[in-house]
Amino acid sequence: MKLGYLAFKNMVSKPLNLLLSLLLLSLSVSLVTFVLQLSQQLGGQLSKNIAPFDMVVGAKGSPLQLVLSSVLHVDVPTGNIKLEEASKLQKHPFVQTAVPVSYGDNYKGFRILGTPPEYIDQYNAQLSKGTLYNMPFEVVAGSSVAQRLGLQLGDSFISSHGLAASGGETHKEHPFIVKGILEPTGAVVDQLLITNLESIWEAHDHGEDEHHDEDGHHEEDEHHDEDGHHDEDGHHDEDGHHDEDGHHDEDGHHEEDGHHGEKEITSLLIKFKSPLGMVQLPRFINENTSMQAALPGFEVQRLMGLLGSGVKTVNGVALAILLVSALSIFISLLKTIRERRQELALLRTYGLRTGQLLGLALLEGVFLAFIGFVLGWLLGRLGIWGVSQYTQASYGYALQIKSPELLEIFLLGLILVLAMIATLLASRSIFNLNVAKTLSDV
Amino acid sequence: MVNTSNLAYAYENGTELAFPDIGLTPGKHLLVIGASGVGKTTFLHLMAGLLPPLKGTVSINGTDLNLLTRREMDKFRGENIGFIFQQYHFIKSLNVSDNLRLRQSFPINSNDKKRRQELAKRLGLANHLHKNVTALSQGQRQRLCIALGLIHRPKIIFADEPTSNLDDTNSEKVIELLKEEAKICKSSLLIITHDQRVKSHFQNHIML
Repeated sequence: MKLGYLAFKNMVSKPLNLLLSLLLLSLSVSLVTFVLQLSQQLGGQLSKNIAPFDMVVGAKGSPLQLVLSSVLHVDVPTGNIKLEEASKLQKHPFVQTAVPVSYGDNYKGFRILGTPPEYIDQYNAQLSKGTLYNMPFEVVAGSSVAQRLGLQLGDSFISSHGLAASGGETHKEHPFIVKGILEPTGAVVDQLLITNLESIWEAHDHGEDEHHDEDGHHEEDEHHDEDGHHDEDGHHDEDGHHDEDGHHDEDGHHEEDGHHGEKEITSLLIKFKSPLGMVQLPRFINENTSMQAALPGFEVQRLMGLLGSGVKTVNGVALAILLVSALSIFISLLKTIRERRQELALLRTYGLRTGQLLGLALLEGVFLAFIGFVLGWLLGRLGIWGVSQYTQASYGYALQIKSPELLEIFLLGLILVLAMIATLLASRSIFNLNVAKTLSDV
Repeated sequence: MVNTSNLAYAYENGTELAFPDIGLTPGKHLLVIGASGVGKTTFLHLMAGLLPPLKGTVSINGTDLNLLTRREMDKFRGENIGFIFQQYHFIKSLNVSDNLRLRQSFPINSNDKKRRQELAKRLGLANHLHKNVTALSQGQRQRLCIALGLIHRPKIIFADEPTSNLDDTNSEKVIELLKEEAKICKSSLLIITHDQRVKSHFQNHIML
């Protein structure tokens, strides 16, 4: 019989002690690994998504909101800007590429983004099937969208107004047709339905719309729910249907403004030619135009900074629980080694050396630590899976269930060392075990 | 088999105790009789190398225990000596079969299943091999402890008050069992007891 078998049997012979130690240990491990994964994947996802663009220009408002809405596609936009005004920036010497984006509609919760094909190039997304869009209402679907909605080439669908899946009028008169499907990129493109700017403009062009009246009403009625974002440029329907509740435009409507012919976009995504642009352009835009410039890198860093303090707090709590669990292992082993003094003395008469008895105790501690780690790790991944279900449903971002990472292996090492220290401290009495006396004690 | 000369022990409180010399030839048994508190158990522990003597020597099977290192002593004891203690000692987290298997595994790794079954059968434990030891009756526990002292076929079996908790009938049974098993294993029995009932079963006895 191997000592490991005996150590295992000893461990499971005290189920309540075992349960408490395992619970504490796996709780701390799951907290650490969960938070680690969450912040890593979130950070990775964010930096991947903002990578193609250095600056985003949109309507005035919160710069973070502008970045979230126009680059990461999770928030509602700050409002619209005039294409004409934005286009001037495209010719600026510091600007390498400037990609206009415009949106405000969704299909089953997935955003329909109006933008030139350049946008797709910026994320290095390749077509897996079909072609790019040429005409209005032709759409290229991101890989996740296509997969989740089961979209095929040639499928057509009717978009709904607004960015949320539920509610909202549908644009029955303007069905979209799927012309291409993209390869997965792991970036935000996967979550989008991409079409050209004209599609967005035409879908909302009420001046030429025969359902004009009806639409105008719906527009204002269906979107009361999305509030909180005030748009200084809030535009009203040209037919005089002013918002009775005093709502500003908050859901990214792209209907044309009062004066026909003046096109609007939601924002302009800019890549600089020279780093000087980063220094000069944002200030210029913010001070001299009615638009706002935000730097995605800076905003994401700010966001991660906020998140980072949360991560530190949770890690602190997890470390405290880890120490408590080491203490619980120590106390439980101290108790059981005292209780098993006679058994240990008996083992000495079987011919086991002191070192082997110590090994027996160490094995028990190490088993416990290892099982606790594995349980905690699984629990942490389960948490990631749960959060992923939520983020996928609400934001279209899925988290991955990853195999153990180096940092987690380090954590396992740390826990094993802690458990061994706790065991050694608890088993000091093994060294001065008086076999003869212990065995004859009643 | 077991020879002691001028053996003496000093307790922690300074009391010294001297023991008579004994000489036991292989296959023979010896009964050490003495009232409670005269140092019978100490004598047994000295002979088994569990306690260091103040002076004097013990040799088992020709090996002088004083000359062994701690590690060699552990191994020698595990290999050559079987113990039957006054208190019942076994590993509570293991079942009957695993307790026996554990004893077989040290210091020489062996896993003789046949031996376990055969011994369990003779000691009336055959139907209890997979029982948890805590589920055994007192009598079954005693027989398990006897099995643990014999399973590895030791050269010498030290039994400390093996009958003290038993009534006359069971006491008879246990003594017969011990003698029988010792005979099968070709082991020597060294029993220390205050129980006069045991006396008639053995030719050799010394008083302490």
